[in-house]
Amino acid sequence: MSDTAATLAHQHQFDDAAQQYSASTLGMWIFLVTEVMFFGGLFTAYVAYRTLYPDTFGHASNYLDLRLGTINTAVLIASSLTMALAIHAAQVGKRTAMITLLLATILLGTTFLGIKAVEYAHKFEAGLVPGAGFTYAGPDAPQAQLFFSLYFGMTGLHAAHMIIGIGILAVLVAQGRRGRFGPEYYTPVELSGLYWHFVDIIWIFLFPLLYLIDRH
Amino acid sequence: MAGHIASTRSYYAIFATLLVLTALTVTVATFDLGRFNAVIALSIAMCKATLVALFFMHLRYSVRLTWLVVVAALLWLFLLIGLTMSDQLTRGWLSR
Repeated sequence: MSDTAATLAHQHQFDDAAQQYSASTLGMWIFLVTEVMFFGGLFTAYVAYRTLYPDTFGHASNYLDLRLGTINTAVLIASSLTMALAIHAAQVGKRTAMITLLLATILLGTTFLGIKAVEYAHKFEAGLVPGAGFTYAGPDAPQAQLFFSLYFGMTGLHAAHMIIGIGILAVLVAQGRRGRFGPEYYTPVELSGLYWHFVDIIWIFLFPLLYLIDRH
Repeated sequence: MAGHIASTRSYYAIFATLLVLTALTVTVATFDLGRFNAVIALSIAMCKATLVALFFMHLRYSVRLTWLVVVAALLWLFLLIGLTMSDQLTRGWLSR
């Protein structure tokens, strides 16, 4: 329990635990801003090329699996719910509930990645992966290749964030089992939650841009 | 601790709303509404993102400094996309 006692005391540069908590939260939000700019570059590239080749991008987006994309959106929203509930459990001191909810979040995140892997496998089989083996039946294959490059770049970067997120949650589970978090100190759970929800927000924009527009 | 404790009921309500909005945006996408398909899909996405940020990310109960960081991020993102598109969308004007 010395671990818990050590974390309860705030570091010497802060006035109190509350100030330390606000500083940590602010730092995490600033990190998320850099992430917004990171993904923002890709979103800008997508919007710019989509404006240049609207018909080809519209045609190419119909090759994506809307059913799996919709299921994955629901899975990710559910994982955000379990994450928010895990933080709540930490806030009110329900340690077992917190660990169960974190494990549920990990499970839902892994489900998302599994479905994504199935989608990727279909694209490989259909020859829709940019490169030498790109066999696109529709018109304007080079522009369509651009669409699929952006599709793999954006969803791939998103998936990489999910994998990192699952790793962070696994560490939280291990720390939580040792009784590190409670109503007095749950900052790492809160900050990991901010990251997880941010990754959800990225998908909330990727889904309509890649799957939905020009679906009709 | 400084963090605000929201009720679990509000989290379930936000979750249900997000699912309804997802069903709505998928349904709307099956109709041909011209350029409004993109407008509606992105408007719904912004609503969903706002709900996640305000409630799941506790932005609603955050201090003003956090709000400032979020507004700055949106401003810079707007500049990035806005200035790029001001170039992209007006290039054809010269050849006319």
